[in-house]
Amino acid sequence: MAEWYQVLMTALVGAGVPEWIATAIALLVGVTAIGLVAPLIALILVWLLRKVISRIQDRIGPNRVGRFGLLQTIADIVKLLSKEGINPSRADFMAYNLAPILSVFGVLLLFAVVPVTRGLIGVDINVGVLYIVALGSIGIMAALMAGWGSNNKYALLSGFRVVAQLLSYEIPLVLSMLAVVLYAGTMSFGELAEQQGNFLGLGWYVFLMPGAALIFFVCALAESEQTPFDLLEAESELIAGFHIEYSGMRFAMFFLAQFLGGFVFAWVGAAMFLGGWQGPGVDLPGIGGFLAAGYMMLKTFAIYLLMIWVRGTFPRLRVDQMMSFCWKILVPLTVGLISWQMVVQVLDLPTPVIAVLVLVGNLLVMGIGLYAVGRAIRQEGFRTKRAFTPDSLIGTMQPVAE
Amino acid sequence: MPELPVEIPIPTPHQAVFIMVAVATGVASLLVVTNRNLFYSALCLVGALFGVAGVYVLLEAEFLAITQVLVYVGAIATLITFAIMLTRGIMFGVTSPNNRHMFAVMSMALLVFLLVAGVVDRVPWAVAEDLTLSGDGKSMIVDLGWEFVTTYALPLELIGLLLLIALVGAVMLARDDE
Repeated sequence: MAEWYQVLMTALVGAGVPEWIATAIALLVGVTAIGLVAPLIALILVWLLRKVISRIQDRIGPNRVGRFGLLQTIADIVKLLSKEGINPSRADFMAYNLAPILSVFGVLLLFAVVPVTRGLIGVDINVGVLYIVALGSIGIMAALMAGWGSNNKYALLSGFRVVAQLLSYEIPLVLSMLAVVLYAGTMSFGELAEQQGNFLGLGWYVFLMPGAALIFFVCALAESEQTPFDLLEAESELIAGFHIEYSGMRFAMFFLAQFLGGFVFAWVGAAMFLGGWQGPGVDLPGIGGFLAAGYMMLKTFAIYLLMIWVRGTFPRLRVDQMMSFCWKILVPLTVGLISWQMVVQVLDLPTPVIAVLVLVGNLLVMGIGLYAVGRAIRQEGFRTKRAFTPDSLIGTMQPVAE
Repeated sequence: MPELPVEIPIPTPHQAVFIMVAVATGVASLLVVTNRNLFYSALCLVGALFGVAGVYVLLEAEFLAITQVLVYVGAIATLITFAIMLTRGIMFGVTSPNNRHMFAVMSMALLVFLLVAGVVDRVPWAVAEDLTLSGDGKSMIVDLGWEFVTTYALPLELIGLLLLIALVGAVMLARDDE
C-alpha cells in the first residue's frame, strides 16, 4: 500500500477517529483526488493538442479566449454542457447511455495505479502493469456498446473495428511491457521506478530496451486510438465512428476518455521506460519530492507531445495495413524479443553481460522491424502506382465498343 | 419491546463489502439466464464476472482478480458480445429464455447443485494455518511463475497445446475453400 495512505491513516487514527471511518476517509480522499485531477489534466491536454497541431499545420490555433487561448477548452465545455442531448430513435436505451459512463470509468480506474512520486501512488498493487492491461478491456466494451446501441451502421462498423484493433494490439503491448517486467522482476510501478534509479537516476529502461520501448509506444498509440491508428473514427469513411450519434455531455465524456486514455498510456510509458520519477537530485531532502513529481510530469508530457507530433505528421492507416502490421510485424518481433530475453536471463551470466545482450536483442528487433516496415511501404507504393496508371484509368472510362 | 429470537450479527466492513459484491454477482448471474434480450444477458455476464473478480480482491488474491478481468471480461465476454452482434436475428429480437426443455434442464441443474453442495459440505477441506504466504505479494507472483515452469510445467504445456489445436481448428474452419 502506498505511503500517502499510511500517513493519512496514522494522522486520522491519531486524532481519535475510529479505524474504519479513517479507512473510508482515506480512500475517499484518494478517489476524489483522482476523479478531480484527471479531468483538469484533460483541460490542459486538449489545449496542448490544439496548439501543437496548429503549429505543425502552420496555423495559430485557439488564441481568443484567455491568454494564448488557455480558456478555450472551458468555453468548449460550457458549449457542450448546454447542448441538447439527443436520443436517436430505436437506440438501445441501456447500451446507449451506459457506454459514455463506462468509457470514462475505465480510464479513471487506470489513474489509480500510476505513480507520481515515491510514496504517492494511488495504490501500489503488486500487479500494477497487468492491471493497466486488464482494465483497458472496459474501453473496448464501452466502444462496442456505443457502436451497437446507437442503431447506426457507421457506429456499428466502427464498433467492430474497435474490437479488432484493440484486441490485436493488446498482444504486442502486453509483450513489450513483459520485457520490462521480466528484466525488473516486478509488476509494481513503485518498484519499477526504484529499479531505474542507477546512474544518478538515469538508469532508464529505454536505454536498455529501445526496441521494447518503441513497440510499446506504437501499441499505446493504437490502444488509445491516436492518429495513425484512428481509423475507428475515420471522418471520411465512418463520419465519426462509434460516437457519431452522441451529442452534448455524452460526447464530451467520450472525448474526455480518449484524451485521458492517451495521457495515461504516456504516463505508463514514462513510468516503465523513462524511469518514472527518477532523475538527478530526487534524493535531496526537502525539494527532492517536488523534483521527482516534476520529472514524472515532464516525462509524461514529453511522451504526450511525441504522440501529438505523430498525430500531426502521419497519415491514417488502412484497416488491412493496421491488422497486418500488428500480426505480421509486431507480434513476431515481440515474441522473438521475449524469447531472446528469457534465454539470456536464464543463463547464469554476470549482470553487465545480460544487459548488453538484452540491448543487442532490442537493437536487432528495431532493425528488423524498421526494415520490414520500410519494405512494406515501398511495396505499397509500387502497388498503388500500378493500380492507378493513367492507361488503365482511361481504359476503364472508354465506352464499351459494341 | 419483544426480544429478537436470534441476535443479528453486525457485519464488519469487510463482510459488508463481501455481501454487497456477492449479492451483485448473484443478481447479475440470475439476470444472465432470465433476460429476454441476449445482448443484455452478455452485459450482465460481464457484471457477474466483475463480481467474481471483486470476490478475489476481497480474498487478497489480486493477481487472480486481475487475470480474471483480463481473460474473462477482456477477451471472452468481448468475443461473446461480438458474436451476438454479428448474429443479426438475435441482436434486435427478443428471445424467450424458456423452451420445452425447461423442466428437464431445471431438474438437471438442481441435481448438479445438490452434488456440488454435497461435495462442498462433506469434503474435509485442507485449511492452511496462515493464509498469507511467506513474504509479500511480489514473492507470491514470483513463486507462482516458478511453479508454472517447474512443478506444473507439463500441465501448462498441455494447456498450451490444447489452445494451439483450437487455434489451428479455427483457422481450418474459417478459411476459404481453394
